[in-house]
Amino acid sequence: MSDKSQLPPLNLQSSTLAIHTNRAYETLSNSILFPIHQTATYIHETVGVTKGYGYSRGANPTVNALEQAISALEGTASALCFRSGMAAITTLCMGLLKAGDHVILSDVIYGGTSRLFQQVLGNFAIEYTYVDITNLEAVEQTIRPNTRLLFIETPANPTMKLADIRALANIAHGHDNLLLAVDNTFLTPLLQNCLELGADISMLSTTKYIDGHNATIGGSLATHNEAIVERLRLVRKTLGTIQSPFDAWLTLQGVKTLPARLALHSQHAGVIAAWLEAHPRVHRVNYPGLDSFPQKALAEKQQKAFGGMLSFELNATTEQSLRFIDSLKLCTCAESLGSVETLITNPATASHCDIPSAERARLGISDRLIRLSVGLEDPIDLIADFEQAFAVVFGAAS
Amino acid sequence: MKFATRLVQFDPAPQDPYRPMSTPIYQTATFEQLHADSFGPYDYSRSGNPTRRVLEDQLASLENGTRAFCFASGMAAIAAVTHLLEAGDEILADWDLYGGASRLLSKVTSRAGITVRYVDASDLSTLEAHITPATRLLYVESPTNPLLRVLDLAALGVLAKRRGLLFGVDNSTLSPYLQNPLDLGADIVIHSATKFLSGHSDLTGGAIIVKDDALAQKIAFLQNAEGAALGPFDCFLLLRGLKTLKLRLDAQQGNAARVAAFLAQHPKVDTVYYPGLATHAGYSVQQAQARGAGAVISFTVGSSAAALQLAEGFSLFSISVSFGSVHSTVCIPYSMSHASAPAELKAARPVPDDLLRLSIGIEDVDDLLADLEAGLSKL
Repeated sequence: MSDKSQLPPLNLQSSTLAIHTNRAYETLSNSILFPIHQTATYIHETVGVTKGYGYSRGANPTVNALEQAISALEGTASALCFRSGMAAITTLCMGLLKAGDHVILSDVIYGGTSRLFQQVLGNFAIEYTYVDITNLEAVEQTIRPNTRLLFIETPANPTMKLADIRALANIAHGHDNLLLAVDNTFLTPLLQNCLELGADISMLSTTKYIDGHNATIGGSLATHNEAIVERLRLVRKTLGTIQSPFDAWLTLQGVKTLPARLALHSQHAGVIAAWLEAHPRVHRVNYPGLDSFPQKALAEKQQKAFGGMLSFELNATTEQSLRFIDSLKLCTCAESLGSVETLITNPATASHCDIPSAERARLGISDRLIRLSVGLEDPIDLIADFEQAFAVVFGAAS
Repeated sequence: MKFATRLVQFDPAPQDPYRPMSTPIYQTATFEQLHADSFGPYDYSRSGNPTRRVLEDQLASLENGTRAFCFASGMAAIAAVTHLLEAGDEILADWDLYGGASRLLSKVTSRAGITVRYVDASDLSTLEAHITPATRLLYVESPTNPLLRVLDLAALGVLAKRRGLLFGVDNSTLSPYLQNPLDLGADIVIHSATKFLSGHSDLTGGAIIVKDDALAQKIAFLQNAEGAALGPFDCFLLLRGLKTLKLRLDAQQGNAARVAAFLAQHPKVDTVYYPGLATHAGYSVQQAQARGAGAVISFTVGSSAAALQLAEGFSLFSISVSFGSVHSTVCIPYSMSHASAPAELKAARPVPDDLLRLSIGIEDVDDLLADLEAGLSKL
C-alpha cells in the first residue's frame, strides 16, 4: 500500500492536483475529506511546544489544507488564505508598505480595491497613482523612487482590458524594491499563471471561481518569495485576517471541480459572446476570445483560455439596458462572479458605483455597460432567456 | 428584561417565514438584486449578511450600544479601530495589554505614521500629561491581561471626553455580563469573541460595539472596505455560544473565587492577581464598575522553572493560549500569550517570567483544586 501520509508529487496535471493536494493528510481515520478544525486554540505538548499550530488566528490545519491546494495551483511552495479578497489586499499593503510609499494601480480596477486605496490606505499617507497599464511608457514614467508596488488586474473588471504581465514585470524589476502584484481573480492560475509570467505576487478573490458556488467569502495571496510569505503570515496573524476553518473547508471542496468548471465557463462564454455580438440589439461585446477584441493576440499569448467573464453594451439607452437586466429570468442580477449560476450586473450602479461617472466614462465603464459572469447552465437556455428579455424591452420584432 | 432573559429572548431570524428558534446560516457570498440598479438590505456578504446581523444586533443590545460589528478575530476588530486614525495621529495605550494588541500597535499601526505611546492608565495625571494635540485614541483593557490590574473606566471616560479623545476599552476579560464600558463613558467596546462570548474554543472572532451613529457608520465602512468580517458559520456558532454566557460565567466565576482563595493561602504561591480578592489593589473600583471579578487569575510561584514545572504537571489545566472557555487552561504569558509584545515594552514593563495565568472553566471545583494542590505540593 502506498504511503498516504506523504504529499502527492507536484508534477501532476491541474485537475488531478485540484483533487489530490490535500486528501492524504488525515491518517488517524483515513477520512477522504480533510476535517474541519473548528478550534480556536491548541494544546501545548510542553509549554511553548506545539505541532506548529498555537492559535487559529495564526494558522489552522483546515486553512492550511486550502493553502496547500492553492499553492499547488499557483506552483508555489506556500500560499496564504484570508477572510476576503479585500482582506488579502489589505494585509498585502499593510505588510509591505509604510507611510510615504507609493503604489501604481491599473486605471480599470475593481471598485473595492480603489476604495481601499482612496478611503483607507490614503489616510495612512500611502500614495497611489492610476495609470493606463496598456501604455507601458506611461507606466515607466509614473514610477517614482518611493514606488514599491504595481497592483494590476488582467482582464480588468469590467471592461476586460488586458495588461501584458511579462512586460510589466520587466518594467517593475528594472527598479529597486518594486513588486508586481496581479489580481488574477478573473482567470485563476489555471488559465493564467501570472507568477510564471513574471509577477511577484498573485492575489485571488477565492469567493469567485476558486469556490465557485457562491458559498463563501475569501481571498488568497501566493508568491515564490518566502520572505514575503513569512512577513505576510506575521501581519495576517497581527491583523487577524485569516480565513475561517469552515469557509476554508467549503472552498477546498470547490477547488476540486475548478478545472472542470473553468473549462465549461470558458466554453459557454465563447458561445454567448459570439451570439451576443451577432445580435442586432447589441452594440459591442468585450470578450478576449472574439476576433473583434483588440487584444486577442495578448490573450492568446498569456492565457490558456479566454475565461467566463464578458461585458457588453446594447444599442439602447441606460434605462432600456437596466430593464433588459430586470427582465431576465435565468440570469440572476447579483454582485460577485465566477459561480455556477450566471450572474449579471450593471457595474455603474454596483461594483464600480464609487467611481465618479465622468471617470467611469473615460475608462469605458458606461452607465449602460452590462457585465456577465457566464455560468454552467446550458447556453441554449441562457440564449432563450436573452431572447425573451429583448422581446420584453424592444417588442417581439427584436 | 434581565440579562439571562436577554441572552435567549431575541428574534433569531427576523422576517423568516419558518420562524426557526435558531438563526439560519446564510452561507452565501452574494444576494440577488430585484432590480439592476438598486439593492435590497443585503448585496454581498462582505458588506452584510443576515446571520451576522442577528449576532451584531444581539451584541449591541447586550453591551447597551446601538450597533455592533463582528470580525474574523479580536485582532481584526482592534485593527479596524486603529484604522479610524490617520498618519500623524497618536494613540495612548495602557502598558498592560494583550501581547497581540501591543504587537499590532508597535509593529503595524506605527508603520502607517501613527505614534503609539504606552502609559500607566491607572495614574490619571501622568496619563493626561502624555496627551498631545495629535492624540486621538485612548485604549485600555480592564481588568488587564495578564496582570489583572483594574482601571477606573469612568474616570478615564471623563478625561477622554474632556480632552476630545476616542476612548476604546477591550472588555474581553469580563464580557457584557459583568461590565458595560459604554455605560462608563467608553466610545468603543472591543471583544475577542473567541473568549467568554463563544466560551467553547470553537471559533476565532472579534467584535466592536459603539453607541454613536457617526462612529458606527465609519466602522461599517471599514468592515466592508477591508473585508475582515466574521464568516456566517462562525457567527452561527457564536450566537449559539452566547446563549449560555451567564450560565457559564456564573459557574466559572464561582470556581474562580474558590481557586483564588485557595492560591492566596498556599505557601508555594507568592502573589495572586485576582480583582475578586479583597486584598487586590483594584478591588473597590472593580466592585463599583463591574458585577463580578471574572474567571481569569494570575499568580507567581517564585521562579520560571517552578512555573514551567507546575504548568506541565497539571492533568486538568491544558497548556493553551486563549481564555474564557468551559475548559480550564493555563498559560505562561512570558513565553506564550505575551511573547509577541514589542521588545521595548517588554524591557520597560516586564511580565514576570514566573507568572501563570489560569482561565477557570466549569469543571467541578474540587477536581480543579486537587489538580492545583498536586502540582503545587511537588514544587
